Amino acid sequence: MLPIVLLSVFGILNLFLGFLRSNRALLPFILVVLALVFGVNLLDWNHAGSIPAFLDSPYISQMLTVDNYSVAFSGIVLLTALLLLPFSRSYVVAGEPNLAEYYSLLLFSLVGAIMMVSYNHLIMLFVGIEILSISMYVLAGSDKRNVRSNEAALKYFLQGAFATGILLFGIALLYGATGTFQLSEVAAAIATPANQSLVPMLYVGVLLMVIGIGFKISAAPFHFWTPDVYEGTPTFFTAFMSTVVKTAGFAAFLKLLVVALPAASTVWLPTISAMCVLTLLLGNVGATVQTSAKRMLAYSSVSHAGYLLLGLIAGHGQLSGAAAQSIFFYSLAYSIATVAAFGVLKLVSDQRQREDYAGLAGLGRTNPLLAFVLTLALLSLGGIPLTRGFFGKFFIFTAVASQGHIGLVVFAVLMSMVGIYYYLRPVIAMYLRPAEPGAEAPIVVDGFQSATLVLLAIITLVLGILPGFLSNLL
Amino acid sequence: MLTAFLVFFPLAAALLLHFAKGGAARALALGAALLEFVVAVFAAISFVRTGSAGLDLNLNWIPSAGINFHLGIDGLSLCLVLLTTFLVPIILLTAFRHEEYENPGAFYALVLFMQTGLLGVFTAMDAFVFYFFWEVALIPIYFLAGAWSRSDRRIQITFKFFLYTIIGSLFMLAGFVYLYLQTGPAAGSSAAHSSDIQAFYALKLSASEQSWLFWLVFAAFAVKMPIFPFHTWQPDTYTESPTPATMLLSGIMLKMGIYGCLRWLLPVVPLGVSQWQQLVMVLAIIGIVYGAIIAIRQRDMKRLIAYSSLSHVGLMIAGVFSLQAIGLQGAVVQMLAHGVNVVGMFLVADAIERRTGSRYMPDLGGLTRRTPLLSVCFLVMLLSTVALPLTGGFVGEFLLLAGVYQFNMWAGAVAGLTIIFSAVYLLRMYQRTMLGPDSTYSETITDLGGTELVMFGALIVLVFWLGLFPGTFLRLSEPVTSQILTLVGR
Repeated sequence: MLPIVLLSVFGILNLFLGFLRSNRALLPFILVVLALVFGVNLLDWNHAGSIPAFLDSPYISQMLTVDNYSVAFSGIVLLTALLLLPFSRSYVVAGEPNLAEYYSLLLFSLVGAIMMVSYNHLIMLFVGIEILSISMYVLAGSDKRNVRSNEAALKYFLQGAFATGILLFGIALLYGATGTFQLSEVAAAIATPANQSLVPMLYVGVLLMVIGIGFKISAAPFHFWTPDVYEGTPTFFTAFMSTVVKTAGFAAFLKLLVVALPAASTVWLPTISAMCVLTLLLGNVGATVQTSAKRMLAYSSVSHAGYLLLGLIAGHGQLSGAAAQSIFFYSLAYSIATVAAFGVLKLVSDQRQREDYAGLAGLGRTNPLLAFVLTLALLSLGGIPLTRGFFGKFFIFTAVASQGHIGLVVFAVLMSMVGIYYYLRPVIAMYLRPAEPGAEAPIVVDGFQSATLVLLAIITLVLGILPGFLSNLL
Repeated sequence: MLTAFLVFFPLAAALLLHFAKGGAARALALGAALLEFVVAVFAAISFVRTGSAGLDLNLNWIPSAGINFHLGIDGLSLCLVLLTTFLVPIILLTAFRHEEYENPGAFYALVLFMQTGLLGVFTAMDAFVFYFFWEVALIPIYFLAGAWSRSDRRIQITFKFFLYTIIGSLFMLAGFVYLYLQTGPAAGSSAAHSSDIQAFYALKLSASEQSWLFWLVFAAFAVKMPIFPFHTWQPDTYTESPTPATMLLSGIMLKMGIYGCLRWLLPVVPLGVSQWQQLVMVLAIIGIVYGAIIAIRQRDMKRLIAYSSLSHVGLMIAGVFSLQAIGLQGAVVQMLAHGVNVVGMFLVADAIERRTGSRYMPDLGGLTRRTPLLSVCFLVMLLSTVALPLTGGFVGEFLLLAGVYQFNMWAGAVAGLTIIFSAVYLLRMYQRTMLGPDSTYSETITDLGGTELVMFGALIVLVFWLGLFPGTFLRLSEPVTSQILTLVGR
């Protein structure tokens, strides 16, 4: 609860700081705020339902719940933002006039993300998604003189608004069928339907909700916006979009399915299985034919949505145990690796003005650190041991296989083989191809960003070698 | 503790290499590799005196999943640990002689990193630890083979190598996950399953399950060894990689596949093995003949050795899948002998290429007059590869052939062709390079120098040791191979 309050208050405060026209002070301020909120968030660990007394009226406390599940996923979201922010230094250096607004929007979007992982009431889910999405629509178009960025914002907004409508319609039908927005009451109403004639309406509602959230997490066949939006959006915000939005979306999705809709699994289980297969296929195959590293990462993020959907399938029954644990571990692995990959890509594209594989050529020689961190990130995304991504995949596959969905696991394993193909291509460019003429100069990275990259590499490696730490939190 | 040191010390040394330059980097790398060998010998002595219990390391790794970081050394592991720690200093010394490598410190560091992966594979006693190190070993060799290669096709070649091996490994992972989910909890553990090797050995799966599990697990080993028809990555990779990387690949890494079959395939899915035994035998024997026939046609020394290796590996696979005690024992000795032989052969090719700038046989000839020492070393390594008595190659191939013969007389007869064929192509190679009409290099070439003599000396000592006293190693591996056969026969 307190993180939401703090983030909102500091977000507004930060807007006023923007009037001071002191860009240099903003980044440290935001980092301190996020570190503070991250710490405050952890205080709620194992203190389920600890809500300040003045807020503890039934009306509010029934809307959001603070439990280990929400704390864990809020933790991922906040940590991701914290590790990503150093890469916004180029805005500070360039004297970006709207920086305070960007940062405030990021803080607000984090409020939305935290609401999405801790909702207990379908309206809160909707409000959380909207807070997150509206901030992201603006940020996608933040490079306002760039046509691609404008296109991205427009596409994202149109598709997002459409998806929101569908989601809302689904919630409305669900409400019509069950007469409640509370997750546990919804579950009870579905398990023992009062009126059999309402069951079709209920199922349609569930399907529409799955589709609406499917848009947000870019699951196929609702993923068409993803590559264009990711490519047009400034890289820094793409990274935010593909980590925070996705993590929050999946945490919300899992909670919805496991807490509210376990009795409706006859509807959503086949739907999600089909979406999962399609997402894995389209994401991975789409990524293989890209020549732009950024677009490849966009498709790769679609494919990772597929692996996470696989985790949802394992999520029968409870918000703890193998499924929640595997999604938690995977989201964290994915977020850390994606932040590292986009961070390096941003540094390279800022200075070499290109985002394709050829722009990465020769990086192993000119910038060993950047090349090493990007390699590690890609290996982690590809799921190769020694990196955390391997255990992310491993836990998901084991969780799903133990539920008896062997066919899906085999398919996902085949798709990860395809994944290795496209994750290796940037690595080849960096180490085996000479730099393009005119791009032999090393990329300038300041100490702060180097330190962040090293930290990201250490997290990836340490949790790839000692997964036992963090592997049984939930 | 000794085992943990063996596995992780090279990694630590590799990290330290980051801070060393030039001569210091060489001294550090070589010192670490030699120390590692001494420790391995020490471990061997401790094993002979007190058995494997003192070398067991079993730590919690992912307690909630019942996965332990379990390393151990028994007789079979010990043979391969000794081979690895013996060959790595030689491989490093070969790398030292290539002054042209850019960023040599990184090269040495990757070799040592690779050693960690290899030793981890050979000592892992938990399925997921095994898989973990199996993949860890792939990352350094990919960069060693790709980044320091001078071939124009290096990108395609190493890419193919990487994809082949990783696809094989992912099949193995899928198989391991399935096997793991069939296990019961380990004693004293709260987790529902266990991936310990004993839990896998205790599994009793139906014949139909084992039938497809066999291929999932075997896929990784088949690509790594490689067995016909999964071998297409091998000749190009061996030929175009820098020689030290080729030595790592052929001398040690392919033994991962054979070791994997012995440790993780035969005892785990015995019914699957007996179902597919004949098919694998046929593939192995095709590999023997096919590799040998293509080797005869080669003119590039490294490529010839690559195909010769394919042929010899085929015999080892046939020996393993004969499921005879003598065949398994032969495979163990031959793993060691082949490691020594093939590294020796590549060392010869490298010595000639460095001196003349060519390894293309029609360019060479008449080198022997100026290089008596090189000629002798070449001949010894060659004769051991051909399996002449007194050499390690003879003991290995003899036992292997005896095993294959016990399985099926005709299989033994065809597999025996490997010796005849290898005599043909290897002696022809010798004749075309060292003997024959003089070439432009025969007057200018220099003989082996100090360090090279030491390297060849060490290899030759081992060749004769394996040829004269194979019992040293046979006694080590005998309890393990007979245990494997008991498990297969259950």
